[in-house]
Amino acid sequence: MSTTVDTEVQTFQTHFAQEQIDELRRRIAAARLPSKELVDDRSQGVQLATIKALAQYWANDYDFRRVEERLNALPQFITEIDGVDVHFIHVRSQHEDALPLIMTHGWPGSVIELLDSIGPLTDPTSHGGRAEDAFHLVLPSIPGYGFSGEPAELGWGTGRTAKAWAELMRRLGYARYVAQGGDVGAVVTDMMGRQAPDGLVGIHINLLAGAAAIADKLPNETEQEQAAAQATATFRQSGFGYFLEQATRPETIGYALLDSPIALAAWMLDHDTDAYYKIAGAFVDGKPTGNLTRDNILDNITLYWLTGTGASAARSYWENGREQALAAGQAPPPVAVPIAFTTFPGEIFAAPRSWVEAVYPNLGYFNEAAKGGHFAAWEEPELFSQELRAAFRSVRR
Amino acid sequence: MSVVETATAIRPFQVEIGDEHVEELRRRIAATRLPGRELVGDRSQGVQLATIEALARYWANDYDFGRVQERLNAVPQFITEIDGVDVHFIHVRSQHEDALPLIITHGWPGSVIEMLDVIEPLTSPPSAGDAFHVVIPSLPGYGFSSEPTELGWYSGRTAQAWAVLMNRLGYARFVAQGGDQGAAVTDDMAHQAPEGLAGVHLNLLRRALGSTQGLPAESEQERAALEAVNAFRTSGFGYFLEQSTRPQTIGYGLLDSPIALAAWMLDHDTDSYSKIASAFVDGKPTGKLTRDNVLDNITLYWLTGTGASAARSYWEGGRAAALAKGKTPPAVSIPVAFTTFPGEIFRAPRSWVEAVYPNVIYFNEVERGGHFAAWEEPELFAAELRAAFRSLR
Repeated sequence: MSTTVDTEVQTFQTHFAQEQIDELRRRIAAARLPSKELVDDRSQGVQLATIKALAQYWANDYDFRRVEERLNALPQFITEIDGVDVHFIHVRSQHEDALPLIMTHGWPGSVIELLDSIGPLTDPTSHGGRAEDAFHLVLPSIPGYGFSGEPAELGWGTGRTAKAWAELMRRLGYARYVAQGGDVGAVVTDMMGRQAPDGLVGIHINLLAGAAAIADKLPNETEQEQAAAQATATFRQSGFGYFLEQATRPETIGYALLDSPIALAAWMLDHDTDAYYKIAGAFVDGKPTGNLTRDNILDNITLYWLTGTGASAARSYWENGREQALAAGQAPPPVAVPIAFTTFPGEIFAAPRSWVEAVYPNLGYFNEAAKGGHFAAWEEPELFSQELRAAFRSVRR
Repeated sequence: MSVVETATAIRPFQVEIGDEHVEELRRRIAATRLPGRELVGDRSQGVQLATIEALARYWANDYDFGRVQERLNAVPQFITEIDGVDVHFIHVRSQHEDALPLIITHGWPGSVIEMLDVIEPLTSPPSAGDAFHVVIPSLPGYGFSSEPTELGWYSGRTAQAWAVLMNRLGYARFVAQGGDQGAAVTDDMAHQAPEGLAGVHLNLLRRALGSTQGLPAESEQERAALEAVNAFRTSGFGYFLEQSTRPQTIGYGLLDSPIALAAWMLDHDTDSYSKIASAFVDGKPTGKLTRDNVLDNITLYWLTGTGASAARSYWEGGRAAALAKGKTPPAVSIPVAFTTFPGEIFRAPRSWVEAVYPNVIYFNEVERGGHFAAWEEPELFAAELRAAFRSLR
């Protein structure tokens, strides 16, 4: 009987206590801010005007009940896998033959960034698609993020998460499924492709995380390739601070992320240049890009705050660093399932097809989308969904 | 009274901290929301929860918040405007009129607090012939110096300001000393060789931290130093890169959360972290790295609200390095003295110091002390400065 209890899938609803929300609002209002940066761009970090506009909207205009309302409107579950409580959203399509799809969010993301893709993916006929484009959708929270439990032991690198996802899909009764991810989710999904668990028939990725490991072998001839190399170098030179800090000292930065909502917001906004300016534009000029609206951005930050997961999410970078250090010198097994890739133009670097093929010699679908950036699913859910439909068409039967 | 005199005036300064600021700080410490415990038994995931819990408890309940004000106001402090920035400094003249003027520059995450205990042994040494007149400025953006309001305040500009300061104090012949960021400023002074600068003493080999290229790696000592630099660059470089590239971003945490500030400041090199952690967790301080002294420094950062502006000095350093890329700075021709403290990020071997500075007049490896040598071992540190500068008197 104990086995059935362990693998039980329990329904989940969330409710934040009013005092938690009051305390958050109090802290935002009491924030002590630094003086203004000495530059006119983001080169010294998140700009004071951006944070002031964010803090003002967050404390005065934002509806703090949005997170729970949006999440509770969906079927959510918790199931224990490998000692960690995994939280996930599970939306089955009305089309019984839909293709099961597990999508993994990244950092500084959460299931929040994937919510607006649920409609187009599970209900394509209401979103310009056809019934045979439908997916049954599983959106788990990575261990240490959102409502999933924090690992209490070392070893939860992306490889272990990938194995847990295969177990989750098995537990849900999906014998044949595909996987998708960007950012950290891209690394988890890549790992799933290499582990090739029973039932996984294809993956789609929208960040070429594997490029870093073979940087010196990537073609650098065409204009596109040179631009990608330049963008990668810029990121490593000036945009890598958060990455290194989280990969080496997650607990240290964790104190700020747990104690100051404004520190948390700044840390989460300071991702890639494209996303930063889009989000800053939403707060400062009231001009959101796609679905990167003030409310959607604050839903995600509020979720991190209320679940108190800034440190545990940062720790996942430390685990990934350790995982890579342990695997150093060993070539990873090739991806054994069909691979699809979409390059979104605002991504940290716009991966040319030649680079994707260098990382994945058996690349199937490849496309360069006209819009969207690092948070492609969040920013352009319709376009993102169209990509997934096209990417996985060939693995349907 | 001419305008010029006003601009170069040296005004006495006293610290005054309002009770409401102390109350607010204490309230914030008590209201801290902490993360879960790290999953390792060492500092490899950052500042350990047990360390921060012990620090927060002592800070909120036992620490005397009047200390910073009392300790600073016990020494003569001044402010003078140089190059558009109000420079705060401590200036203690030795009773021995012939004493050698010395300007000492603190580093990050330090302040003039780390230098307070060296004032006495330097100005009143056992032998009158070893005495110094001591000038201890606060770097622009740190402590009671003002924040630069324009770009360009990298270590070289500070070095120029220090020469102006010594000149303004009437010192025609002086020496300079620094570790950490202070080593960068002092190294820049040595390169600039302003009139009157007779020599420098350093306790961090700045150049090797940037690049070990061309430095010998043959002897056991050299290889150990190389390995230590590489370890720092691999796993201890997060704060450095963040401050060099995104000072404003980390600044929000440093201004808004005293515990975030304390953690960020404790997460420096491994040696000093272990010593400070042990002072808080086990009540076993090493040298003068006591709970009170460590909290004086953190409290100063908090009350002056300088977490972001101090971090910004790293950004300026990175920008200056980028602008100077490909240009070899002029060799240092003035005399250089160096002390290697064993707990430093890396123990610079004599061969490395000589590879960087052609005119090394003094080199010594001491038995105790680490990155915060002056703070941790003020007597030993003062003894090194006496020996280092003896030949220049």
